[in-house]
Amino acid sequence: MSLLHAEKLTKTYRSGDIEVAALKGVDFSIEPAAFVAFVGPSGSGKSTLLNLIGCLDHPTSGTLKVLDTDIATLDRRAAAHFRGAHIGFVFQDFNLIPVLTVFENVEYPLRMVQRWPAAKRRDQVLRLLDAVGMADQAHKRPDQISGGQKQRVAVARALVSDPKLVLADEPTANLDSETAHRVLELMKKMRDEFRTTFVFSTHDARIMGEAETIFTLEDGRLLPAAHKEAAHV
Amino acid sequence: MFDILGIASRNLLRYGRRTLLTLLLIVIGMVAVLLFIGVAGSFKSMMVGQITDSVLGHLQVHRKGYVASIDSLPLNLNMRPNMLAKIESELDSNTAIAAWSPRIKFGGMFSNFAETTSIRINGIDPVREAATVPLLSGRLQEGDKSAVLVERGQIVIPLLLARGMKTQLGDTVVVVATNRDGSVNGKTFVVRGILESISGPGGRDGYIHIDDAREILRMTENQVSEIVVRLKDFSQLERVGGQLKAAVEGLTNKEGKPVLEVHEWTQLSPFANIAKMIDLMTLFIKIVLVSIVLVSVMNVMIMAVYERIREIGTIAAIGTPPSRILALFLAEGLMLGIAGTLAGVVFSLAGIYGINVWQPTFDFGMQKGLVMAPSIAAGDVLTIAGLVIVVAIIASLQPAWKASRMDPITALRHV
Repeated sequence: MSLLHAEKLTKTYRSGDIEVAALKGVDFSIEPAAFVAFVGPSGSGKSTLLNLIGCLDHPTSGTLKVLDTDIATLDRRAAAHFRGAHIGFVFQDFNLIPVLTVFENVEYPLRMVQRWPAAKRRDQVLRLLDAVGMADQAHKRPDQISGGQKQRVAVARALVSDPKLVLADEPTANLDSETAHRVLELMKKMRDEFRTTFVFSTHDARIMGEAETIFTLEDGRLLPAAHKEAAHV
Repeated sequence: MFDILGIASRNLLRYGRRTLLTLLLIVIGMVAVLLFIGVAGSFKSMMVGQITDSVLGHLQVHRKGYVASIDSLPLNLNMRPNMLAKIESELDSNTAIAAWSPRIKFGGMFSNFAETTSIRINGIDPVREAATVPLLSGRLQEGDKSAVLVERGQIVIPLLLARGMKTQLGDTVVVVATNRDGSVNGKTFVVRGILESISGPGGRDGYIHIDDAREILRMTENQVSEIVVRLKDFSQLERVGGQLKAAVEGLTNKEGKPVLEVHEWTQLSPFANIAKMIDLMTLFIKIVLVSIVLVSVMNVMIMAVYERIREIGTIAAIGTPPSRILALFLAEGLMLGIAGTLAGVVFSLAGIYGINVWQPTFDFGMQKGLVMAPSIAAGDVLTIAGLVIVVAIIASLQPAWKASRMDPITALRHV
């Protein structure tokens, strides 16, 4: 069973009388534990597609199934619940909560979204911080750590609730080459360790180099056969 | 809940200066309101106390129509013995009544044998009067305050009359009055005391013994113009007044209409309007407080939402339910309200305590040097505190709602 499956997926935005088609009938499938990058120029529809996969938006037509759930059927609350349970997010700007420590940032999804008991939460957070090499920085605030460290914390936060899928929007855009490489290595290691599917949207050639499957988007359409391994397009 | 409060408190501390300024506004508002309530309440209760405890009593009973024509002190509207018997029985059986005192009021001429002027005479039972209006003897500017106010053959005259007529303690004066039948009678009195007026110029009330009043007016039966009533608990005024009204309504004339009426002090004195004005000003001050809290908390919460749009987008994206985002921002408003309330109450109570230590004085009418002793009821403090907290939550509602309904995609794109 595919983790993600899209058929004739379209998304059209309306601005006054003008309609803009961001996605024009996209079909693809992504298997569990894949390491996938969606690439393409600005305006090609990468972010729109990631928003749809992340249940942050609804398709205009077509079908998108995430973990066998048709995301078009999810209302606002159900979508939030679905994201909390199954999807982790890594953002370009890290988006850590500044008033929380590293530990608390990673703990946040378990505490405020999933409401795990404290002891179980602590074990899980420490496990993830250890996995991303940030256990010794747990007490620090985001403004006291470097960009690379922030992104490692963000990866830990994305993985802490054991999601099946992590979506990363330009996760290396604000990192230097060496740090970006380390973060990508970390993500791959996490994928291997937790069997989590990583889906990126990126311009970054470094990610393209690391991705096992590459989908190229152009003008809202998916270009065929632009991937290293077989993607089901 | 504690998770939400913990994050909310950190977010408030994150913008420490802004939070402090907002708290300061709330505290200033609360201190202003509570001090005003304390001071104005003290002034009001002192003013009411002066009027009720030295002149009016808490309630008065009259013959129907007497109050409407009280300026002419009509003797034909005195209460008759059968009415008095009914009233006395009701007053004596009501356990909420501390004391009552009958008065015979009439207008007369006051002469020191050299000059003559008009005077309004109150014939009183001195023992009952002292129990019913205990501050009356305290208004004696000259004469023994500890002795019975008037014995038979004695008169207490108002200060302005004494000055105008150059009359002193121990002088012999004569009071002349016309009785109900139109015949004139006079009686000599010794000036036993000179009474300070409560309300400034115009005070023309003199006091004589009730038996002397009956003698001057040649009353052949027991009549009185009014009965003044003092309650054990002033706060029961409305309830006891209602009971008395219901009781005296049973006494009717031939047409079946009530012959007696009961008035609360507020219906007999223009000072009641000052008390109402104080209540009205208190209401306005409360409205100002509500506005201050509403505007300041709403402003700070709108700013908090605006500055954290991306953060809201992040927590929404990672699955925080809209209801919890709403709760996060409401909790900030709640904590602002609670912190402001606690600080406001502490500073207000300290202020009230400070005024009580300082003991400033003020004048009311002819009463000089009244000590201001503000106090505030726990109920008032709790009401204001509750009001501030509720308003703080209401002020947070719109920004919190906006945050909870924010589209995560738009929020994440916000720069």
